[in-house]
Amino acid sequence: MLTFTIRRLILSVPTLLFISLVIFLLLELAPGDPMAQVPLTVPPEVKEKMREALGLGQPAPIRFWKWLVQFFWIEPQVLVDHYFGTTFSQGDLRVISWQTRSPVMDIVIQRMPQTLWVVGTAYVVAIIIALPIGIYSAYRQYSWFDQLGTFVSMVGFSVPPFFSGVLVIVIFSVQLGWFPSIYDTTHVVDSWDSFVYQMKQMIMPVMVLALQITAQLSRFMRASMLDNLNQDYVRTARAKGLSEYVVVMVHVLRNSMIPVVTVIALGIPSIFGGAIITEQVFKVNGIGQLLIGAIQANDLPMVQTLTFIFAILIVLFNLIADVLYGILDPRIRYD
Amino acid sequence: MTELSNPIPSKPPRSQWLDVWDQFKSHRGALMGGILFLLIVASVYLGPLFWDLEATHIDIRARNQGPSWAHPFGTDQLGRDMMARMMAGGSTSVSVGLTAMALALFLGSFIGVLAGFFKRLDGPLMRLTDLFLALPLLPLLLVMMLLFREPLNAAFGPEQGIFILIVGAIGVTSWMPTARIVRGDVLAIKEREFVLAARSIGTSNNGLITRHILPNVLSPIMVSATLGIATAIITESSLSFLGLGFPPDFPTWGRLLFDATDYLQQHPERVFWPGMAISLTVLSVNYLGDGLRDALDPRIRGR
Repeated sequence: MLTFTIRRLILSVPTLLFISLVIFLLLELAPGDPMAQVPLTVPPEVKEKMREALGLGQPAPIRFWKWLVQFFWIEPQVLVDHYFGTTFSQGDLRVISWQTRSPVMDIVIQRMPQTLWVVGTAYVVAIIIALPIGIYSAYRQYSWFDQLGTFVSMVGFSVPPFFSGVLVIVIFSVQLGWFPSIYDTTHVVDSWDSFVYQMKQMIMPVMVLALQITAQLSRFMRASMLDNLNQDYVRTARAKGLSEYVVVMVHVLRNSMIPVVTVIALGIPSIFGGAIITEQVFKVNGIGQLLIGAIQANDLPMVQTLTFIFAILIVLFNLIADVLYGILDPRIRYD
Repeated sequence: MTELSNPIPSKPPRSQWLDVWDQFKSHRGALMGGILFLLIVASVYLGPLFWDLEATHIDIRARNQGPSWAHPFGTDQLGRDMMARMMAGGSTSVSVGLTAMALALFLGSFIGVLAGFFKRLDGPLMRLTDLFLALPLLPLLLVMMLLFREPLNAAFGPEQGIFILIVGAIGVTSWMPTARIVRGDVLAIKEREFVLAARSIGTSNNGLITRHILPNVLSPIMVSATLGIATAIITESSLSFLGLGFPPDFPTWGRLLFDATDYLQQHPERVFWPGMAISLTVLSVNYLGDGLRDALDPRIRGR
């Protein structure tokens, strides 16, 4: 198991390097110019200087190398400095956003809490709803509950978030006026009333996201339960005279959870990546919204860093899912 | 040998596809999904023949009208007929869905068959698939939209160019699940006796793949085709919704929804029609795929 993990970790380094190269080369083709916003009265020599200050004007391989150094060497140093008060990163050039001319990582850290709150809550809510639905609809296969669950999860798959989001805005904010349609990120929770307001503004985005995630997870849970319910060990457990509750909730459930846990792990990068569309619909000031803004403003360092962070998370959680699968299921041996 | 005493079979022989059709018919959701999908496709492509209002015709005096006999879905802020726009938008969205699915399917089956059939190619091709699966897809799609819009617009004109771009981008980023499924099936089928028999009479690799292997992996390919249409339509609408898809004067369902969100308070029904169209199409296609999966699986068939 350990050798498998180490081998996968080592293998993920070239994968990530390759991905970062692909992203870099894609962005290299971009037509935008960071100096397009500078007034025409600024003389060309000054513009050239400004360009160099942003790290442009050098050949592509050198810029790629510089970005790698900044991302993997300088940014961790900044993090260490921030926590321990050391001065490793003093004077080093960090990855600078073209939009705000401030370090990309600082902006990412600012945007992280909103995304984590909204998308993370949606994920937790979805897990709590999906697992019981999956268990019960597998236990009573083809009952009306199962049929209803199938239909609801099909709808959850099919209705895109930009429609369900707009729909709940029409119903709950325009018609009923219960919840605010725009997420207020500057809102500070310091009293009971402000907490209630925070809950109110989170309900709609969480609802939209949770519908999608619930649809997927409950299908997985149901399929996995169905696989196990007809196994021999279930018959043995029943023959031993165990109660139905123990058979289903202990014996079957524990075995069915193995694939579901890995699926849950695979979905975690999307919590950090933010739900780009849902954040856009509810104007949540999170990571996904940051990415869209950066793409529209041609802010290439920001786009590159963000997409690469997503790629790291995806690779990492793929690895975690594989390792978890091996740990939870003793029948799986990678070595 | 009693069972052979009556050598004349009482029933005519049944083909495989008749069995598939019988199983498919018994899945009520799939049948309804199939009919609904055909209806949507027919109304979107054939509708403009019967509905002679132009999608781009501006009648500023008739703007912001509610549903009436002249305009069953009402008109938008420039007085354009919503029904004509829904049909025009639908034909774009469905065309993008079908073409992107075909491209992804071709790429996926090609890579899957190559990886499954030729042992030497298996490692590199599967690494490539894993790599594509590790890419953050929606951000990359957005970046691709940003980058290649101008050159393709210049080369093929604004509408053709963006169509090629969207279909290409969706196709290139969604072939991986098909490739994995096809590879797995090819690996299993390659070891079967009939392949050995075909090889022993000197069938070339080419003939082996096209005549013996491909027909046997058709069912997973068909199932992922239906699911591919659904994801392609949703992806295209999301891109249009984020303002990075088709240009504003060229309606698609996602674009119509995006434009309608500005008038959410006054005319919520304008959001409803395109959103409903997208959801119903995807829902019908998903049910179709579900039924197809059951119908094409010989273990479930006949139960």
